[in-house]
Amino acid sequence: MNYLLLGIVVIIYLIITAFLGYLGYVRTKNTTDYLLAGRKTHPVIMALSYGATFISTSAIVGFGAAASIYGFGILWLTFMNIFVGIFIAFALFGIRTRKMGHNLDAHTFPEFLGLRFESKFLQSASGLLIFIAMPLYTASVIIGGTQFLSQTLNISYEVALIFFVAIVSVYVIMGGLKGVMYTDAFQGTIMFVGMLLLVIFTYSKLGGVIEAHKALTSLKPEAIKIWGALGHQGWTSMPKFNSIFWWQLVSTIVMGVGIGVLAQPQLTVRFMTVKSGHEINRANLIGGIFILMMTGGAFVVGNLTNVYFYNTLGKISFLAVDKKTDNVIPLFISTAMPQWFTAIFMVTLLAAAMSTLSSQFHTMGSAFGRDFLEKGLKIKTKNPLVIIKVAMGFTVVISTLLAYYLPRFFELGSAIIAIGTALFFGLCASTFLPMYVGAIFSKRITKAGALACFWSGLLASLIWMVFVHIKESKPLGIAKMLFGVDSIAKNPIIQNIDPIVVALPVSIIFTLVVSLITKPPSKIFLDKVFKGLK
Amino acid sequence: MWLGLDGFGAFLAFISCFIATIICIVYGIVNWDKPKEDIEEEIKEEIQWEKH
Repeated sequence: MNYLLLGIVVIIYLIITAFLGYLGYVRTKNTTDYLLAGRKTHPVIMALSYGATFISTSAIVGFGAAASIYGFGILWLTFMNIFVGIFIAFALFGIRTRKMGHNLDAHTFPEFLGLRFESKFLQSASGLLIFIAMPLYTASVIIGGTQFLSQTLNISYEVALIFFVAIVSVYVIMGGLKGVMYTDAFQGTIMFVGMLLLVIFTYSKLGGVIEAHKALTSLKPEAIKIWGALGHQGWTSMPKFNSIFWWQLVSTIVMGVGIGVLAQPQLTVRFMTVKSGHEINRANLIGGIFILMMTGGAFVVGNLTNVYFYNTLGKISFLAVDKKTDNVIPLFISTAMPQWFTAIFMVTLLAAAMSTLSSQFHTMGSAFGRDFLEKGLKIKTKNPLVIIKVAMGFTVVISTLLAYYLPRFFELGSAIIAIGTALFFGLCASTFLPMYVGAIFSKRITKAGALACFWSGLLASLIWMVFVHIKESKPLGIAKMLFGVDSIAKNPIIQNIDPIVVALPVSIIFTLVVSLITKPPSKIFLDKVFKGLK
Repeated sequence: MWLGLDGFGAFLAFISCFIATIICIVYGIVNWDKPKEDIEEEIKEEIQWEKH
């Protein structure tokens, strides 16, 4: 790798990022600017920021590697990401969230829920849940970005960690959501161009779209040799129905991430940053194209690495990287792509890590500072931004310490951080999604129903994660400690059913039943909340 | 064999991604121009907001 070229590209990238962060700082005058980017964000910036926040390094490297195992069936997740995560989220959820958020004068997702259901407890409990659960997800992004910087700039891991976190936290704490969204839009543009080039290079290297797919189809026996017993039927077919592979693909990857995105606090807050519902309709166009390229591109390339490695090394990707799947995409980039592109793609990965991390810092800080400390514990400062900035700094330190020390001093630390993303997505979906849908679409969901949703979703998720779903229960080790087994489920298929498949229906039922047996809010309140909404 | 993919489920996933993107693009284009009542509503909202 040409380190001089890479160093120059990274430095130019960082200077532009710093300038955009400074621009956010200069244009931030009050709380609404800091928490909602002044509610006047351009739809293109909003769409790119939404997409860049959604797509982290793990979506490219981690899910690209997963695609090299699961095959083209993983593109159902791309479909879900576009149709549910963009089209449904923007056209149905986004417009109503923006209008209702405006009616309620809400500045954060927990505040939106708390004001909608007239429950200060719900606001502070939701803020606290985000503050507790998000640092693990953040730690996984910090580790990914730090490893990249450490390897590419040839600096020690510790220096890279401090450098990476310091840059992001400075522009987030100083520039607020304006700083975050300006830099997101720039980073999202880099990500889009980097991925577009990667897809073009990959297909052209393998003889075109159909030829590349045919070559992958012909490798079917190689897949069946390794994973046939688990239900694999080749990379260009879906896994066998009801097999372990089918459940992993459909419940954890497609449903877990595909539906989980709807109730992500760092994404839903984006809807409240634009001037009118109309801007959200415009953002739909940009968001759809962006997510197609970022997830579809990563998944197709992940699949086709099998053809490249088989042609050059005589092994499929899984064996070419000696079963260390996180190396699939980096190894493919460094061996199959031109040297100048390696530098471009490395910056693409850095942009993906930074854009996700900045939103995580902002969401954790505002959840802890505004929703828990200011609104929950009634801690007041003369300038309301001071407490949010201090809380943000505190969450940055917590996440960084977690990213650095957990893998070093705890045997299962790395494995726990690796499940951080799935854990957070799953918890948000089960705990927030039913009440969020009820909040914006129904006048009949009550405060008690929303609280029942919160507790039932949280408990059902945690019980399934801790005791049944082997992907989480094994690294957490609590089931092993109490019952001497990694999962209390004997059937391997049940062990692979994602918590969302169980916990989401539970919280939906609790929300509906409790709402039906309790008194709805007053008509005066509902008229105010639903003003301008049909 | 569809587009070089031998499983119908995988082929459908591949095609569905593009269909979903086209839906987003068409929806964005159709709604690109702002209706007059939207602009009036926005101005009204803006005035209320600044008074707030």
